[in-house]
Amino acid sequence: MSLNVEHHEPRVLPSEKPIRLLDNAGHALHGRETGGFELPPVERLLDLYRRMVIARRFDVQVTALTKQGRLATYPSAYGQEACEIGVVSAITADDWLFPTYRDSIALLTRGLEPGEILQSFRGDWHNGWDQHAHRTAAMATPLATQALHAVGLAHAARLRNDPIVTLTYLGDGATSEGDAHEAFNFAAVWQTPTVFLVQNNQFAISTPIARQTHATTLADKAVGYGMPGYHVDGNDVAAMFAVATAAVDRARSGGGPTLIEGLTYRIESHTNSDDPTRYRAPRDVEHWKRRDPIERLEKYLVSEGALTDDVRAEITEAGETLAARTRDAMSESPELDPLELFDHVYATPRAALAEQRSALEAELAAHAGHAAHAREEVAAR
Amino acid sequence: MSTPVTEPATDAAASAPQPLTMAGALNAALRDAMADDDRVVVYGEDVGPLGGVFRVTDGLQAAFGDERVWDSPLAEAGIVGTAVGMAMYGLRPVVEMQFDAFSYPAFEQIVSHVAKMRNRTKGRVSLPMVIRIPCAGAIGGVEHHSDSSEAYWAATPGLTVVMPSNPADAYSMLREAIDSDDPIVFMEPKSRYWSKAELSLPVRTAPMNRAQVVREGTDVTLIAYGPTVRTALDAAAAAEAEGLSIEVVDLRSLSPFDDETVGASLRKTTRAAVIHEAAQFGGYGAEVAARLTERNFFHLAAPILRITGYDIPYPSPKLEEHYLPTPDRVLEALASWEWDLA
Repeated sequence: MSLNVEHHEPRVLPSEKPIRLLDNAGHALHGRETGGFELPPVERLLDLYRRMVIARRFDVQVTALTKQGRLATYPSAYGQEACEIGVVSAITADDWLFPTYRDSIALLTRGLEPGEILQSFRGDWHNGWDQHAHRTAAMATPLATQALHAVGLAHAARLRNDPIVTLTYLGDGATSEGDAHEAFNFAAVWQTPTVFLVQNNQFAISTPIARQTHATTLADKAVGYGMPGYHVDGNDVAAMFAVATAAVDRARSGGGPTLIEGLTYRIESHTNSDDPTRYRAPRDVEHWKRRDPIERLEKYLVSEGALTDDVRAEITEAGETLAARTRDAMSESPELDPLELFDHVYATPRAALAEQRSALEAELAAHAGHAAHAREEVAAR
Repeated sequence: MSTPVTEPATDAAASAPQPLTMAGALNAALRDAMADDDRVVVYGEDVGPLGGVFRVTDGLQAAFGDERVWDSPLAEAGIVGTAVGMAMYGLRPVVEMQFDAFSYPAFEQIVSHVAKMRNRTKGRVSLPMVIRIPCAGAIGGVEHHSDSSEAYWAATPGLTVVMPSNPADAYSMLREAIDSDDPIVFMEPKSRYWSKAELSLPVRTAPMNRAQVVREGTDVTLIAYGPTVRTALDAAAAAEAEGLSIEVVDLRSLSPFDDETVGASLRKTTRAAVIHEAAQFGGYGAEVAARLTERNFFHLAAPILRITGYDIPYPSPKLEEHYLPTPDRVLEALASWEWDLA
């Protein structure tokens, strides 16, 4: 393998009209709008539908738990299920995902448990799962920083001749960050097997996409780096899955990185502490609710006779089971050990940290002593 | 200068003593580390055919190929950020920031991820990577080529920050840094790159997290690191003629700080001054003075002094001599104490 790859994609701008395989009424499309991508088989679409419905049930449940105060915060992906689920479903268990804080529902598809996914939002620790076991990095909070990790890991795998792909999620706002530019460029120069999913949900907290970029589409940016870019209807899971699958296959076979923009909409607020009525009209939200990704696929599956009552019932039950597991996990209050704060900072032990750990230990013991004393006094009265 | 103290049995037979610059010693350390461990990769700006602007990576690409040593795009956040991903996958990347003012674009990656990954993952994901930063001045560099950024890194929990002052330590500490499971900010004082020593490789000096007494004395402890170790030794030699016995401690590691070695020296001499090129306000010397005072106040005969650069941006080449701490300025500062040497 040479690092000096002489490989240039045709300099074709992504289509201004998003690639789409199903229209909003659930009709299969043909011709130019499909960008040459084929509708995935109905069994695959049914599986994606199942995952999206369950993911939404989870998302709604977690938003409710957050309003009840069980979680410190939760960035919802309601309305973005086609991007979230469609793209992550295109990689295998051996591939790596580098998510952001908005991608909880994609992690369900990676096999993570609600308790693992939500540990950081509950405030227990900054990350709640074994990254290597799930081949899923911690959710990145500083925007676009994780894209570079995805490129670096992909390059390392390539140097080791491991045929894996790295997938990283970004938002529209993150494309303005320098790290996004550097990640796109490094990936293209090194031809790493990396897929960038930009979920253009049209708002970075309150800042609309028009104040983020002057480009016609975010996928246009790919052309300048010498990699293919696709502007896709992000509420069409069939299109998202088809485009992502092609990008993953290309990456795995040595064809380098791809930038996929999914044009979607954030139905919920940024997090529970946000007030979207200050920056967008309710009618805009209603407009996008009528473009719901789950309903669109449902219409198609019904028309194909694939969504029977039995299947619906099974999916609903699976969603309720997950919601119950989520409630159970979030009603647990695991005992946190403050002394663990010192235990993982360095692989090489430090005297100064051991001193500070002892100081906190003494403080905790003193508090426990005071509390016991107070209880005795109350009991004595 | 530190004397070799140990030589691991696993290393190849020592070479005959040869004169080696610090740049040459660093180059040898990289070469030996790469030969010993195929997980070690080296990349950055101009580190390939050119061998780095200071020639620290000279010949490495020819020796190990462009899958082990390569020129990256010119983007420091990209260099460090991709190294995070490589380290996650089990490689041991050694990346170069060309000059320390050019490391600032990587600040977010270093502070938000390199420093925090191990803690974030409860120790499940370590980042064994080395970020080499040529640092400090006295090389006649134009703006942005002579910064001292050590206080930024040392103030960041999760980072280990070391700075050798001589060729033997440069070799030994870089080998140790590459072998470490912790991410290391490895600072190389540019003005010492061409300093020479007779070395038999592979040389191993004291562990990199320990300070070293590099000159013994009884009256004053001069605490220095990197480029100012030479300054302190020169000041000590000049003071000897005047009957003042100066002990010089080379910190070597800025984070962690070796309280034990430095504290012991201070308690012996009862007076100390810390010397660095960086500006004084909020500089690394402030931490040194504060923690030594907290722990040794009743042993002190005088306040701990900071002999540093001024609180100004690093000057242009024709003015840097007025900025840098010199042996004369060190001795002047020591004379400002009330002495009762009877």
